[in-house]
Amino acid sequence: MVEFFTTTNLGIVLLTLGQILLLILPLLGALAFLMYADRKVWAAVQMRRGPNVVGPFGLLQSFADLLKYVFKEIVVPAGADKTVFFLAPMISFVLALIAWAVIPFNDGWVLADINVAILYVFAISSLEVYGVIMGGWASNSKYPFLGSLRSAAQMISYEVSIGLIIIGVIISTGSMNFGDIVNAQDGNAGLFNWYWVAHFPMLFLFFISALAETNRPPFDLPEAESELVAGYQVEYSSTPFLLFMIGELTAVVLMCALVTLLFLGGWLSPIPGLPDGVIWMILKMVFCFFIFAMVKAITPRYRYDQLMRLGWKVFLPMSLAWVVIVAFLAKYEVLGGFWARWTIGG
Amino acid sequence: MTVADFIFYVFALSTLVGGLFTVVSRNPVHSVLWLILAFLSAAGLFILLGAEFVAMLLMIVYVGAVAVLFLFVVMMLDVDFAELKAEMTKYMPLALLIGVIILMQLALAFGAWGYSDGIETRLAAPVDGGIQNTAGLGTLLYDKYFMLFQLAGLILLVAMIGAIVLTLRHRQDIKRQDILAQMYRDPAKAMELKDVKPGQGL
Amino acid sequence: MEDLLREYLPILIFLGLAIVLGLVFIIAAAVIAVRNPDPEKVSAYECGFNAFDDARMKFDVRFYLVSILFIIFDLEVAFLFPWAVAFKDLSMVAFWSMMVFLGVLTIGFAYEWKKGALEWE
Repeated sequence: MVEFFTTTNLGIVLLTLGQILLLILPLLGALAFLMYADRKVWAAVQMRRGPNVVGPFGLLQSFADLLKYVFKEIVVPAGADKTVFFLAPMISFVLALIAWAVIPFNDGWVLADINVAILYVFAISSLEVYGVIMGGWASNSKYPFLGSLRSAAQMISYEVSIGLIIIGVIISTGSMNFGDIVNAQDGNAGLFNWYWVAHFPMLFLFFISALAETNRPPFDLPEAESELVAGYQVEYSSTPFLLFMIGELTAVVLMCALVTLLFLGGWLSPIPGLPDGVIWMILKMVFCFFIFAMVKAITPRYRYDQLMRLGWKVFLPMSLAWVVIVAFLAKYEVLGGFWARWTIGG
Repeated sequence: MTVADFIFYVFALSTLVGGLFTVVSRNPVHSVLWLILAFLSAAGLFILLGAEFVAMLLMIVYVGAVAVLFLFVVMMLDVDFAELKAEMTKYMPLALLIGVIILMQLALAFGAWGYSDGIETRLAAPVDGGIQNTAGLGTLLYDKYFMLFQLAGLILLVAMIGAIVLTLRHRQDIKRQDILAQMYRDPAKAMELKDVKPGQGL
Repeated sequence: MEDLLREYLPILIFLGLAIVLGLVFIIAAAVIAVRNPDPEKVSAYECGFNAFDDARMKFDVRFYLVSILFIIFDLEVAFLFPWAVAFKDLSMVAFWSMMVFLGVLTIGFAYEWKKGALEWE
């Protein structure tokens, strides 16, 4: 029986399908509750109650929303390019999901253990801009078009700094595999061994860039309800809109996973002595998501020129300088190789 | 036929289809989208060759950056298709001539095509066993190919300057924000608090 | 080699599954939901006004400049990846050659900054 799943082609495919379902179903389930949590946090900050009607404490709100979306009419604008109009939400959704194939949740718990894992995630997130551009262009309407243009320029501006921040982490680790990156953060000092100490300012830069990359407030200019109504999503309704929403939220949770893996030690336990495990990974991701939700609730929106200035004139030089600094710290093994983890057997 | 062979044919076919429709699509935006399909399939082919780093770079640089620029350009094109077709018939003979010449050149190139000895073993392992191909590239590129690498840097510098010279128009008639000046402004110098007595005014 | 390809197989299957899932969502709404378009409903949304003119319009050349600069910096990052991965095996020449490369591009960056190409107006 075991042989069937490890040697024959059909067996391998079936086994992988099973593993994928094992990842995708809890992920989508968790998304429903994260969406609810996001709204509850937002409401709590504004002293409202938030969703509280469907199910106990409104816990089932997201599922009610899902049903509502499915029963809504799909409105296709008359001037729209029909194929591209439906392709855009599909791309958003598919890309946001497939990036998860290389994210490990515990030592070895990963679907595709590829050498270039981090490069793959970087590549996928650089493709995500297409869902937005195509959606805005295909609608053939002004607000979506303006929203998608803004969004494209915003996403590519912050991608450079994300890339440079990742480079710093790779220099410290010497590998692009997430498993290696997390294991390099292991040590006797528990949470002080993680990269948030070694790469301290970059944690914040990465987090803020992640906000901009996923179009979350305070960088939600593509959607800017008050000026562009909802940006590239204006003409979308029903499940195509739902796909955009799921794609966006999945990308946010993916960014939480990236922050956790790169800077917060992934599945490593913060206190030496306690066992490592998947529970730490989940807890850290939930913590990151809580911060994401809080930022959404408490910050006012940026102006577009300020956004571009922050990306090009602040984040880019800072992350570039950090790459050079880390390179020297690692080359000369400062502090006994604190930035050169291969020397201390990390 | 193994699974890898099957996947190769799928990717090869989608590369060709992508390339074909890039050329024949009427709508320039569709052309770019087909081009992106061709790039992505080519990335798949690179992975089948074991060149994972090149595959990812193809996705990051070509699909994630270059094609975005193409899309920006064609999205705002206001193309008159009737005029375009009329132009096309005018240049048809020249285009055909160029096509025939390229075909002849390809025929010449492939006529003299041969395989070197021991190609089979090298095809199976493009990188010597054990070394990841990104790391292999890293140890070679910056040391052995030092000059070429620096030249690449200079080309990027020229590209940067060229782009600015060509596209930048500095507008004088608008207000600009000087963030540093704003941050370092001393409130004590900018305003003054007056104690106004009730009923007297200033 | 075979092992390498096997690691990529899950991604391919995942891609297929994600596409199927997305199609299921769209088709579900197309089948279940009502479909009752009228001219007002399918017209482009412009806050209740009739559309002034075509939505395909010319936009600022700055967007091109940003995307060209992005390509250049993306390539710079792309050159950094193999260097960072092979960092522990790099010779002194390789280490300093990257520093020179970054130096050259920093000159370009300073030029951009001085020229005001990074200002959004």
